[in-house]
Amino acid sequence: MANLYVNGKQVTLDDDPRTTLLDTLRAWPALTGTKKGCDHGQCGACTVLLDGRRVNSCLILAIQCEGSEVTTIEGLGQGEQLHPVQRAFVKHDGFQCGYCTPGQICSAVGMLEEVRNGEPSDVTGRGQASLSRAEIQERMSGNLCRCGAYVNIVDAILDTDAPNSLKKEGAAT
Amino acid sequence: MKPFEYRRIHGVEEIGKGDPGQARYLAGGTNLIDLMKHEIEVPDRLLDISRLKLATIENGEKDSLRVGTLVTNTSLASDARVRQTWPLLSAALLSGATAQLRNRATTGGNLLQRTRCYYFYDTARPCNKRNPGEGCSAREGQNRIHAILGTSDHCIATHPSDMAVAMVALEARLTLRAADGMERELPVEELHRLPGDHPEQDTVLKPGELILGVILPAPPPGRQIYRKVRDRSSYAFALVSVGVILHVVGGKVESVRIAFGGVAHKPWRARKAEAALLQKEATEANFQHAAEVELADARGYGSNDFKIPLARRTLVATLRDAANSVEEASA
Repeated sequence: MANLYVNGKQVTLDDDPRTTLLDTLRAWPALTGTKKGCDHGQCGACTVLLDGRRVNSCLILAIQCEGSEVTTIEGLGQGEQLHPVQRAFVKHDGFQCGYCTPGQICSAVGMLEEVRNGEPSDVTGRGQASLSRAEIQERMSGNLCRCGAYVNIVDAILDTDAPNSLKKEGAAT
Repeated sequence: MKPFEYRRIHGVEEIGKGDPGQARYLAGGTNLIDLMKHEIEVPDRLLDISRLKLATIENGEKDSLRVGTLVTNTSLASDARVRQTWPLLSAALLSGATAQLRNRATTGGNLLQRTRCYYFYDTARPCNKRNPGEGCSAREGQNRIHAILGTSDHCIATHPSDMAVAMVALEARLTLRAADGMERELPVEELHRLPGDHPEQDTVLKPGELILGVILPAPPPGRQIYRKVRDRSSYAFALVSVGVILHVVGGKVESVRIAFGGVAHKPWRARKAEAALLQKEATEANFQHAAEVELADARGYGSNDFKIPLARRTLVATLRDAANSVEEASA
């Protein structure tokens, strides 16, 4: 049987190759924090970290992830001990109904790492990426929020007090 | 999703002569899995190639770059060599999709992604690309995103890739491997077809032929600009896009490459416009003339009529930007 690792725990896959990573996460470890929105890679509600990179879990067959490490929203914090990005979302009211929030937060965590790695975006140009509002808006465009909490989501990400946060490097203004 | 057999391969030699037949190669899956959910693609087998050792970017001969087919769109756009020497390609990649999709989508998969024509996706409506002979719903229907060049009576769909537009302007070449193991090279410009009588065939690839990678030759001199016009400022397909590489010396166009996206069934190399510009003064009037020459045969289908002036203006504006920045750079 094929296995993958979700938030550090081994998960055995079912034997139907059609099962997506999203459906696997929600059904077997019953980690329902990861949400099914459009199921077509358009809304970002299903965003998780696959071997550290943010991806749409609805567009990936679970069998393709054999041996991979998946981090979901449940794996970011430790119970009441929230991840810094989660704390920032609470502080800045970065949501209304909350359905898109796990995807937004996983996406933001992946995005901060991408900026840290120096990966450019459509608004970066030829120089070094910084964590400006324009950069966050562009880089988070794969996560829709039907309640329209975008302004506060950007505020929360700008204010994230994650360890090694880009803010310390003076990139944010 | 229809049932299928899944097989993961670890070397191209595991591809059998009969492969893939009704099978499909699976890499990032960002387009294929979606189409399978819609039951537009119904392969009976998936050959998962995602663990082949084809995910590296290496320096090639004559200052070229060899990009493995499994290099993700993120990795290719972020590569320091690409950003420095082929910025057109990096810009085109970053203008497409979202970070989540680019993290997963591969170079070969990006080239082979299918049209986003509404009627191709709507299985309740006729579509010659989906079911040959059924008719085209787009010609008389909603065709705001559809083609204005190289269309046929049977299909007016566009190819949705930004990356491919840059690769055509850069005269990139594909390395291909047929199911019998034979390898060949093919210019990216020749990969995609015009719809003609067979809109169900997107490309000239033979059954079972696999893209191994892309060779980026050293680019011609000049400023590289990718400009994309779309309904939203992020995460939207191009209504019109243009990739330009313009080299102006002493006020004259020394060399120029132009490719359009969003206007045809394939990335559209604008050779007529290039010919009209070569050795001419880099002036607004000449840019206008070149755009008009290229678009002389363009036709709209109602809701996409706006694309003809949009393509003209986008090309003129991009040439102007490229010419101005060249002057700044040499000043």
